[in-house]
Amino acid sequence: MGVVDHLPTRRELLVGSGALFAWSQMPRIARAEGRDPRLLVIVLRGALDGLGAVAPVGDPDWIALRGDRAVVLDGKPPALPLDSFFALNPAMPNLHRLYKSGKAAIVHAAATPYRERSHFDGQDVLESGMSKPGITASGWLNRALAALESNGRVDPRGSLALGIGSVTPLVVRGRAPVMTWVPQKLLPASEDTQNRLLDLYQHTDPKLAAVLGARMKLASLSGAPGAGEAMSNDPTLAPPGIARVRAYFAEAAGAAARYLARPEGPRVGAMGFVGWDTHIAEGAASGQLYNLLGALDGAFAAIETNMGAAWGETVVTVVTEFGRTARINGTQGTDHGTGTVAFLIGGGLAGGRVIADWPGLKPAQLLEDRDLKPTTDLRAVLKGLLRDHLRVEEKVLAETVFPGSADVKAMGGLVA
Amino acid sequence: MSDSVKAKAVLALHRFGMGPRPGSIAAIGTDPRGALIAELERPLLLSAAANLPSSAKAFRTVADANARRTARAKQAQQQAKKQQMASASAASEVPPQAATQGQAQSQEKDAAEMAAKQAADAIPDPGRPIYLQEAKLRTEAALAADIGFAERLVWFWSNHFCVSANKIQSMSGAYEREAVRANALGRFADLLLAVEGHPAMLFYLDNLESMGANSTAGINRNRGLNENIAREIMELHTLGVRTGYTQDDVISFANVMTGWTLVPPGVDPQHGGEFTFNPRLHEPGGQTVIGKRYEQDDVEQGRAVLRDLAAHPATATHVATKLARHFIADEPPPALVAQMAKTYRDTEGDLKQVAIAMISSDDAWGGPPSKLKRPGEWVIGMVRAAAITAVDPVRYTDGQQLLGEALWRPPAPMGYPDDESSWIDGVGRRLDVANYFAEHVSGMTDPQAIIEDVCASQIASEVKQAVGRAESRQQALALLFMSADFQRR
Repeated sequence: MGVVDHLPTRRELLVGSGALFAWSQMPRIARAEGRDPRLLVIVLRGALDGLGAVAPVGDPDWIALRGDRAVVLDGKPPALPLDSFFALNPAMPNLHRLYKSGKAAIVHAAATPYRERSHFDGQDVLESGMSKPGITASGWLNRALAALESNGRVDPRGSLALGIGSVTPLVVRGRAPVMTWVPQKLLPASEDTQNRLLDLYQHTDPKLAAVLGARMKLASLSGAPGAGEAMSNDPTLAPPGIARVRAYFAEAAGAAARYLARPEGPRVGAMGFVGWDTHIAEGAASGQLYNLLGALDGAFAAIETNMGAAWGETVVTVVTEFGRTARINGTQGTDHGTGTVAFLIGGGLAGGRVIADWPGLKPAQLLEDRDLKPTTDLRAVLKGLLRDHLRVEEKVLAETVFPGSADVKAMGGLVA
Repeated sequence: MSDSVKAKAVLALHRFGMGPRPGSIAAIGTDPRGALIAELERPLLLSAAANLPSSAKAFRTVADANARRTARAKQAQQQAKKQQMASASAASEVPPQAATQGQAQSQEKDAAEMAAKQAADAIPDPGRPIYLQEAKLRTEAALAADIGFAERLVWFWSNHFCVSANKIQSMSGAYEREAVRANALGRFADLLLAVEGHPAMLFYLDNLESMGANSTAGINRNRGLNENIAREIMELHTLGVRTGYTQDDVISFANVMTGWTLVPPGVDPQHGGEFTFNPRLHEPGGQTVIGKRYEQDDVEQGRAVLRDLAAHPATATHVATKLARHFIADEPPPALVAQMAKTYRDTEGDLKQVAIAMISSDDAWGGPPSKLKRPGEWVIGMVRAAAITAVDPVRYTDGQQLLGEALWRPPAPMGYPDDESSWIDGVGRRLDVANYFAEHVSGMTDPQAIIEDVCASQIASEVKQAVGRAESRQQALALLFMSADFQRR
């Protein structure tokens, strides 16, 4: 518990916070073009400090704003230059390498249409794709998939929702069938027990039947990860140190990539990582946020490695519900804000740039004199990816996937 | 007892209690409502808790251990350095080259760090055993309860006002006992004051060092406010999100809460970790929160705001909705919520009366059991049905973690969700846990006895059939515990 001991994650790493939710169909139009695109969405829950992750080192007001907490080019360790204005947090050498080779892009000063500061509502808007919270129980990714004409199932056995012990993120909830996987730690029940239970559910509880049936199908995929080791007798359920966080991020993201890479595997996935709510001792340059960003950078490496040959058709987008205050608060952390960054990585990207209509950091340029002002609608980025990578139609994007977003133009040129 | 009376008793046990266990249906008798109300009249405190440290004591124990670890590490480091210097000077008649000197220095540093780490690790963290003892106590209270309605209310409020053991492992159980359990059937205002004034909550929501910009400490140290607790109290604990409070209200309320902190450890061996109001951190002067001025200049300012938040009609609605959603249905009947909110307003937030209003409504007893139990409730139901009254806290908390509902470790201040779509994908993982549990208890647990005696045969015929045809006792138990009769309520 120690007062002095600020753990790298201040919120629990829920078992399954790195769950993979995936779709096992192939988009028809993309297939017709001879492409086989993969898309992975990573939600960072708790509101990532975009200024701590990607620092506007060329802004004359940057140092004054953050003082000795500012991430800078001559810091210890030094920030990694992206262009003449922005520099990347030193915890992210992989992302920097990808950026330099055109396989990563960063969107800055971006936000969803949500302008309040509740995590719950912010995530609701981020994941539902609506302009307000509390409107729907389905997610934009699921609706995009449902709208895509399938070119036949990747796996003829198909899949419905399947869970192995986690909370399903809203972004993939909805009518399109998804399957889920989380890191396993228990020996699964025998196939016979599963079959009998499925039969029982089919007679008594259709919802439970759907979930269990999908799980069994996923387990039968060749070489599926997740045939777990036995339940650990390891008594260390101590709060996760950064080594555990790093291992967890890498394992979860790596497993997602292994699935997406397989010829008969899914093509679209989503997962979430918690722990970004840095109210106290944020430690962007060395500490909490630095460690978390390092773990995320490790997850990027695991994805690139495990995608193998499919990396060239992969796009990963990393989004968060909102940013944090531009200034440091009274306890060396930051409070809930608005504008922030989104990361895009993948072999299928036309990257190597920071996309930002920079609002400036002077008091009058901040939103309500406190937050980085959002100048890019995150929906424009997501619409651009869905349109150019998966070939979701503009009309569907404007009406079904992000209702009421007709005036938010899809951002072009993100995909190579 | 007729079948319909038995069915109602079983429903009461699953929906409002901790699930059937041997003798519980007889204990309910023919008046389930009356039995639930009678349980609320009994004391909720745990006599066994007398052997556990208070939150302040637990806090000091951990702080002491941390201090000793630091001291040991320092000592070991210095010793290692001394030794190296001695051996280095003995070994070198000739002054070494610069390169090897650098090498030697870095080796020295590594060895010193290693020694420091080993010395620190020799003192184990006392927070973990305290957490496990607390987990054992609260779990066994749920296993021992006749029905478990009161315990379910403790669990509900503990999740509503959650803290995380990831930040305050040693205090998390004591917090539940001292703040939540002691007030779960009292007035909401008292519960609110107890939880928000508890060091565990102040620690969890980052208020310990929040200081007013114009406070003595704020001026001296050029530091200031942390908005976290103010926002979460309004959004999650009382009014609910989107109920009209503004960013300015959050800031004013955060100013009101400055100074709510704890006694630092290490100053005096008998104190440390208790709540204290520190005027040096407190923003001086009055504040306006939701249109009302609070001119008090001390701890009473925060208490007054909290009392007003407790009395706010939005809080009545928020609390009633959450309770009904937890116990009755993901989309609870509006008339039931309205009745509960009215009771809250009419009784000045008497939580026992609100609970009674809920079970007094026919809406609370209607419909097929549609709620999917959360992992914690489901596991306790399984263990109760197997007539087990004591648990190994390591195995138990490991299981909770695997099911995505790690005890006192929610991922965010909003606590664990309460709707089916959040949990249903976890059913696959539940099967693995049920299978594992069934394997462990099959030697002493008869699935037929659970169906006939514990559940008074109030189990779907398809389930009885599946259990009867199972290839082994283990499989029979796994199927029974995984059945909708045990998953839903």
